[in-house]
Amino acid sequence: MAKLIFEMSKPGRTAYSLPPCDVETGGSEVLIPERYRRKKDAELPEVSETDVIRHFTELSRMNHGVDNGFYPLGSCTMKYNPKVNEDIAALDGFRGVHPLQDDGTAQGCIRIIYEMDRMLSEITGMDRFSLQPAAGAHGELTGLLIIRAYHVHRGDMGRNKIIVPDSAHGTNPASAAMAGFEIIEVKSDERGGVDLEALKAAVGPDTAGLMLTNPNTLGLFDENIKAIADIVHEAGGLLYYDGANANAIIGICRPGDMGFDVVHLNLHKTFSTPHGGGGPGSGPVGVKKELEPFLPVPLACFDGERYLLDYDRPLSIGRVRSFYGNFGVILRAYAYIRTMGPDGLRKVAENAVLNANYLMHRLRDHFDLPYDRTCMHEFVLSYGRQKETGVRTLDIAKRLLDFGFHPPTVYFPLIVSEALMIEPTETESLETLDLFADTLISIAEEAEKDPEKVKTAPHRTYTSRLDEVKAARNPVLVCMDENRKE
Amino acid sequence: MYRYIPNTREDQEKMLSAIGAGSINELFSDIPEDIRLDRDLQLPAAMSEPELVSHMRTIASENVSTADHPCFLGAGAYDHFIPSVVGHVISRSEFYTSYTPYQPEISQGMLQAIFEYQTMICRLTGMDVSNASMYDGATALAEAALMAVRGTGREKVLVSQGVHPQYREVLRTYAVHAGIEIAEIGLTGGTTDLDELRAVMSGPDGAAAGIKATGGMSGEGGKTAGIPARDTGVAAVIMQSPNFFGVIEDMESATALAHEYGALSVACVDPVSLAILQPPGEYGADIAAGDGQPLGNPLNYGGPHFGFLAANQKLVRKMPGRIVGQTTDSEGRRGFVLTLQAREQHIRREKAVSNICSNQALNALAATVYLSVMGRQGLKQVAELCLSKSHYAYSKLLATGRFEKVHDAPFFREFVVRAVAEPVEAINKRLLDNGIIGGFALERHYPGMENCWLVAVTEKRTRQEIDKFVEVAAGGGC
Repeated sequence: MAKLIFEMSKPGRTAYSLPPCDVETGGSEVLIPERYRRKKDAELPEVSETDVIRHFTELSRMNHGVDNGFYPLGSCTMKYNPKVNEDIAALDGFRGVHPLQDDGTAQGCIRIIYEMDRMLSEITGMDRFSLQPAAGAHGELTGLLIIRAYHVHRGDMGRNKIIVPDSAHGTNPASAAMAGFEIIEVKSDERGGVDLEALKAAVGPDTAGLMLTNPNTLGLFDENIKAIADIVHEAGGLLYYDGANANAIIGICRPGDMGFDVVHLNLHKTFSTPHGGGGPGSGPVGVKKELEPFLPVPLACFDGERYLLDYDRPLSIGRVRSFYGNFGVILRAYAYIRTMGPDGLRKVAENAVLNANYLMHRLRDHFDLPYDRTCMHEFVLSYGRQKETGVRTLDIAKRLLDFGFHPPTVYFPLIVSEALMIEPTETESLETLDLFADTLISIAEEAEKDPEKVKTAPHRTYTSRLDEVKAARNPVLVCMDENRKE
Repeated sequence: MYRYIPNTREDQEKMLSAIGAGSINELFSDIPEDIRLDRDLQLPAAMSEPELVSHMRTIASENVSTADHPCFLGAGAYDHFIPSVVGHVISRSEFYTSYTPYQPEISQGMLQAIFEYQTMICRLTGMDVSNASMYDGATALAEAALMAVRGTGREKVLVSQGVHPQYREVLRTYAVHAGIEIAEIGLTGGTTDLDELRAVMSGPDGAAAGIKATGGMSGEGGKTAGIPARDTGVAAVIMQSPNFFGVIEDMESATALAHEYGALSVACVDPVSLAILQPPGEYGADIAAGDGQPLGNPLNYGGPHFGFLAANQKLVRKMPGRIVGQTTDSEGRRGFVLTLQAREQHIRREKAVSNICSNQALNALAATVYLSVMGRQGLKQVAELCLSKSHYAYSKLLATGRFEKVHDAPFFREFVVRAVAEPVEAINKRLLDNGIIGGFALERHYPGMENCWLVAVTEKRTRQEIDKFVEVAAGGGC
């Protein structure tokens, strides 16, 4: 158990170094009226620089990242994060640019945003991208607001429903609700795709659009996509593409050619930027021509000589974030696309799909495979021996921790019981896939022979299994040390 | 071969034969032929690493950087000093290559760091609880407004024109489709007009002053765009201090006024200023939000930065985003987990309090390291240096006779002057010719403020740089 940084604090210790004040204006006591001043110092830690480094180094050693090992977290595309892109993002010429500098002094930055718009448009078959959304869910909200603005602009006022398949990511219905829509859920058919009859029954004059992930969260490509698009379009709705699973299709096919009108991509998934322990991400939104006027302001343009930011967009939904998005993330994704090129991006999808199918093949006889089809970049297994062994999917996930693997996504999608959703990505080798498969198979065997061992896992990690119920029942959300007056 | 794809041709063949597929192409047979791309993507050809580095350096050189140009531009992003330690810690790849800590037993490092972050944000703001971070200050404030609407069951939000113009734009984007009415409160002497605030809050006709959010759809709760609601119930009063002009607001009076009418007080605050200014918890704010960039995060052309969001205990279950809580493991040892997840999209779907999933965890980690390095004394010193140096620059500019006072109110780090001899653009141009990044022209966002110039001075600016800045701004230099 590591100490909290506050528990290391000792009055008088410092880790900072600042120059003395070189002006004679006086300080807060003369410049700020007393009633506006803070009465008691903020209780921040007082530690040395060595303390800071040792503390956070210790914490880092209690954390598993892609650089530590395999991370087959389904739908999260935990691929390798190229180091050179980190170095590029750290260049003073990018990192040190103020967002409100005159366009003429930020030509390189605007150029990156503009070229990303062009490249992502080509990759997805769309016409124009906004790089402003800060994450996938933020892109969803943006895209849905665009769909809403489009209908309203046409005077088509009754379209207040968004259709979402039951296999969708939780952010889809949550984003639709935030954009002020009602959500209609459609069920999946026995092949794991959208049930066409259910969809036909769901669409109508109140349909604003359909949100779809393709390949979906089962890792399956919906072969009926053209029919789905026709049903939604004929009803007057628009098609929204959740790009969470775009790693399966880049260079192979494009949402724009499937009939989608709005797309978001997750640069922190498909385009290799690090997830940072939860963020920052980047969720650019691309649209077809007729939706362009509604994109957030500003958009990056090129007039043949200079790059500039265009604010004169009267039909825009407005801003969704300050400034221009997570530029540092956009920059890393730009470097990745330039590294891979057209052929490399296609090989990303090919190898991601090959790896997933190989791993599925290795595991299929040891777990249930609810949808027995060629998968795309990920696949979903179910642990069906729970009744016999008393072991749950969660236990298997925890047991994987003992072998240095991050577990797959578990209990999602919701339509598969005891689900394990496995996405290996293209950056893993055959040897890693085999080792993971062997381990998972041995855990399944262990669940038969020694279920207690699995149910009480993990055994070799920093902490044993943590009590999440206790944390929620009696929330302790800040450190309460004895020095702090209540 | 591509260096990020380890499969050799032999590996691929072995895998295909195990699967029983004849080719990789066969694996894509579920994709109908007519939507397959029958050509290569039209993208520039792949670059080797040296080519890439050289290309990116060239693009970087097309920018002017604060690294070698003293910066007097603020307006929501600030050129503060970042200790070396911060970059070293967040470059630990155990942190930056990890995902959201869903598996606590192998994510204790990030979880504990977030717990420490939440604690530091609460100690700075004086609030009870904090989440694990938001995208930026603007979205944190918009979510704070949505939170206040959920917390009060009311649907009108008042926001001061002293709040960052971009934050107000984002607030409007978020609110418009949620059926929330936004009304702006004007300014007087550089601070929010509290008399107007009182009038809007109290008057039965006060609601008419409100600008009904447009763009809503008929049939949505029976509300029609353009017709002001009769309901005067205000969910939240949103003010920023120091406000967009750097001026310190009377948050105590505004908060008391909000509470008098049963509204929540939402304080948009600067984290560095809180080392010396009264924290929101002390004046009774219900929600505190803001942009955390000044805490150890580079300017990055506007992102990634992070937003912070803190609240009083009563609102914790209305709070969006990840929250880390302390618990114990099966052997009774302290540990940390993501908690109160019943608020979140992956559990509640359309009934979640927000759609947020990814946040800005690594930027929040940078802030945690920054605050650990600066500590109790260091952050105060940073704030004091910003305060003193900005006042020095202010009086020097006024002393040249080419600038005049606009406000007469206490300010922090940033202030407004009016250029009397020439347009602000000309001054900024001359400063740039002399290797200095000048201030922000306010007229763009505040039509009445012709030739008003918003100048920020952080602890990084030396007396020599300020003197040069003033000299050039007043007509000197090349």
